[in-house]
Amino acid sequence: MNSKYLKWILFLAALLVLLLVSVLLSLSAGEIKVSLSQLPQILSDKGSIEYTVLAKIRIPRILMAIGVGGALSLSGVVLQGIYRNPLVEPYTLGISGGAALGVAVAIVFGLNTLSFFSLPAFGFLGALVTLIVVYLLSIKRGGLSINSMLLIGVMVSFVSSSAMMFLMSISTTENLHNIVFWVMGSLDESNNSLIAIAFYSSLAGLVISYFFAQTLNALRLGEVKARHLGINTGVAIKLLFFVASLLTGIAVSVAGVIGFVGLVIPHLIRLIIGNDYRVLLAGSFMGGAIFLILSDTIARTIISPNELPIGVITGFVGGLVFIIVLSRSKSHFKLN
Amino acid sequence: MEQFFQISNFSCGYPGKFILEDINFSVAKGDFVGIIGPNGSGKTTLFRGISGELPSLKGKMELNGTDTKKMGLKQRAQNIAIVTQTIEIGSMTVEEYVLMGRIPYHKQFQFFETKEDFAIAEKYMKLTGVDKLKGKYMNALSGGEQQLAGIARALTQEPDLLLLDEPTSHLDITHQVQTLNLIRRLSRELGLTVLMIIHDLNLAGEYCDSLIMMQEGHIRKKGLPVEVLNYADIEAVYETVVVVRTNPISNKPVVFLVSEEVIEKS
Repeated sequence: MNSKYLKWILFLAALLVLLLVSVLLSLSAGEIKVSLSQLPQILSDKGSIEYTVLAKIRIPRILMAIGVGGALSLSGVVLQGIYRNPLVEPYTLGISGGAALGVAVAIVFGLNTLSFFSLPAFGFLGALVTLIVVYLLSIKRGGLSINSMLLIGVMVSFVSSSAMMFLMSISTTENLHNIVFWVMGSLDESNNSLIAIAFYSSLAGLVISYFFAQTLNALRLGEVKARHLGINTGVAIKLLFFVASLLTGIAVSVAGVIGFVGLVIPHLIRLIIGNDYRVLLAGSFMGGAIFLILSDTIARTIISPNELPIGVITGFVGGLVFIIVLSRSKSHFKLN
Repeated sequence: MEQFFQISNFSCGYPGKFILEDINFSVAKGDFVGIIGPNGSGKTTLFRGISGELPSLKGKMELNGTDTKKMGLKQRAQNIAIVTQTIEIGSMTVEEYVLMGRIPYHKQFQFFETKEDFAIAEKYMKLTGVDKLKGKYMNALSGGEQQLAGIARALTQEPDLLLLDEPTSHLDITHQVQTLNLIRRLSRELGLTVLMIIHDLNLAGEYCDSLIMMQEGHIRKKGLPVEVLNYADIEAVYETVVVVRTNPISNKPVVFLVSEEVIEKS
């Protein structure tokens, strides 16, 4: 086998091991310690407190972390690929701003009390509306202008955050608390259907993105040159954009705004294994999942019994690790 | 001689806005054709039309008897390869970059290159002399080496028609001659048909089998270098006073420029 492929397989296998280790760590760590050696015994005893803690709290949170972390990181790497811009992440395009605005509208108008589903539904609706607005505004002469899409995304993000601040300033203290809590992000989700949606949609996103792995590689040369290699860039870019946006929309609507994953993780993976999307896509997905599992474990144990918002950990740890790795890395970061 | 690539009554641009109009020419297999003309005369636009980047509005383009409009994007990429003026600088190795030339041959959802892909890439890296650099990153290469890697990538597409957009513009004379000798050899040995945009009229005259002179979106003149590179046409198209003589060794036309000061004195 070609040594390049062997390197990729070893890298992905190492990430898989790391993912398993972080899952086990997250299962055992917490206010109620669960010994790993007793794990099979605990899982068979459905009446124990440990079982309830694992089944109702830790396992759902791990599934959420895999779904949300994987989705955000995958969206980041895909968007960086189609925009050929290292600073793009799901949130740059205004999608999270739109989702947050949707949630704020639902809370201020009392729509969140209708059903357990209404907050995420409004979040998703906000993300979807933003994405359609950004998309329609970026279409030029039948084609999609990548640069204007980026700028429009940033502007839409500003507009929606202003609208949200307006809503916050006119809302009651209780509503304000709800909005702020949601914006800070959390993997705490009690509804199994929402957890399943987050988990399976991110896996579906990973599978779909792999159909475009070579397209993303060709786009490293630029849109025109990718066309010269026989790639229908127009269709591929639109499809990838929608997949990335929907993944972000779902992740944000179930877990709130968890920043940094889509930016930091793909870059770290690039620094380690290079820029070939055939390994980057799965690498980023697993990297994002590992990062969120570990961040969530820290968030719920560091000031136990209280819990820190996960965004604090992702921003703090992710940012620091990224700065350290980047400053030590000899090769400065390149995208294409 | 049998015509391999033929463009007839070809116009391209956007609806309501012609950029190139009424282009007619044909090229035999293995011909090395230079496209000359001042900036803005439509040379690069012609390439964009041939590659399908610009929509064709009128006329017909045939490659080896097949209407290019009937070719899908992949088939077109298997038949026509382009080396653009700027070679993509990226943090990918020369080998990775050259292997991208195999993408048009990949089946839908094919993730890995085949042994054949590696062998073809290796063959053209050797032919262009970049095989020694294959582990190096593209951004660590000199301008000349990048240009050769670009040609290797295009050849890996195994095209029938190779389009080169000013391959020598950033090179010193050593690398200019090296690159053009290589292209000349490729067209002779592989029977590769080459269209090359080039600004240097002397290199165009020395190396190309025939020339096409563009002016304001039209073809002004086409033919052998000795027919196209004449005082009257060059002065009319470039609005510059020149003297045309013959290279005593190659018998090809040589164009000399004359400065304004000298013209005034004489």
